[in-house]
Amino acid sequence: MNINLTLIGQSIAFAIFVWFCVKYVWPPITAAMSARQKKIADGLSAADRADRDLELAKEKASKEMRKAKEDAAALVDQANKRAAQIVEASKADARTEGEKLIEQARAEIQQERVQARDALRAEVAALAVAGAEKILETSVDAKAHSEMLDKLAAEL
Amino acid sequence: MAAETPVEYIKHHLQNLTYGKLPEGYERADGAVLDESTWTFARTAAEASDMGFMAFHVDTLGWSIAMGVLFLGLFRFVATRATSGNPGRLQNFVEMVFEFVEGIVRDGFNGRNPLIAPLALTMFVWIFLMNSLKLIPVDYIPSIAHAMGLEYFKIVPTTDPNGTFGISIGVFLLIIFYSFKVKGAGGFLHELSFTPFNHWSLVPFNLFLELLVLIVKPISLALRLFGNMYAGEVVFILIAILPLWIQWTLSVPWAIFHILVVTLQAFIFTTLAVVYLSAAHEDHGTLT
Repeated sequence: MNINLTLIGQSIAFAIFVWFCVKYVWPPITAAMSARQKKIADGLSAADRADRDLELAKEKASKEMRKAKEDAAALVDQANKRAAQIVEASKADARTEGEKLIEQARAEIQQERVQARDALRAEVAALAVAGAEKILETSVDAKAHSEMLDKLAAEL
Repeated sequence: MAAETPVEYIKHHLQNLTYGKLPEGYERADGAVLDESTWTFARTAAEASDMGFMAFHVDTLGWSIAMGVLFLGLFRFVATRATSGNPGRLQNFVEMVFEFVEGIVRDGFNGRNPLIAPLALTMFVWIFLMNSLKLIPVDYIPSIAHAMGLEYFKIVPTTDPNGTFGISIGVFLLIIFYSFKVKGAGGFLHELSFTPFNHWSLVPFNLFLELLVLIVKPISLALRLFGNMYAGEVVFILIAILPLWIQWTLSVPWAIFHILVVTLQAFIFTTLAVVYLSAAHEDHGTLT
């Protein structure tokens, strides 16, 4: 247990070890460690950000979905309304058309009735004249009796 | 070695392998008288102590340097392939040690100095490795050395006061250096003169007290480590004297206990050195 030069030798060894450690051991390992720390911190914050982004995207998607639904509903509504309108319009058209046709038919019927009546009248007049001729056995002057005949015809 | 008495056995185990200078006219253990002063290995404890200061403990130096090289080699190996990605087992282990030491420095050191953390790492791991040598059974390495013709061999450098004082003196020099650097010569002297009692009439008392405190720091560092390791070593040697069949019942618990002591002493030495250096960095600014 003598104190001797070992003391100084040990101090020198210590100094050299510390120097080596400061220069060649400490910096690379701490650099690697802090780089990893930074990497991990970055990764965590990126994950956080991604989470937030996902949340936002979900919200946006649901909003879009809602909007699309609303749009579709509006379109369907509109189409329904339009269809109803078209149906109404065609109904109205059909009705007017039908009325027009009926009107026309009625007019034709009227006309034909008038024609038929006129024809009948003429025929009746001629028959009456012929009848009278037979009765009188003379010819009736159509001209002389036309006034009477017309009056007769008008009475029929 | 079986023929030795227990006292001789213990003394033998506590003697370092000493290489030193014997003076001219010295009568050696075998009766030969030296013609001139000679550098040689001591053959007896008396020869070793007669060498005085001009001697080396070859075993202490050799093993402490070996442990230092082991430490730096391992850590340098890791440092060269340190990756910031997924670390391997070895790197993970080294990083655990780093974080442990960084914790010590963060808790104990208040200043800013890039030297302190690597210094603490060196002290912690180096002292830990040197202390750990104690867990090797006491006779293994000395027996091998004996077979190689070396009379004495003590492998644990921290059971040699030279080993522990060598480190604590290094710490002491750093304390002095940083005290001067941070506080300036005036500030340092002022701190020594005016604490703990801030009055001019008590300057001599303060000076005496503070210088004593300053000197005691490295001594307490070195002696605490040395004392613990030495006492543990003596107990290991005592256990080794016991009959073979009972040895393991004592040496195993003692060795397990020493796993704790080895780590704890390295931790205490490092922590206290860091705290002392922190105090050296504190500029109280009491200059008025």
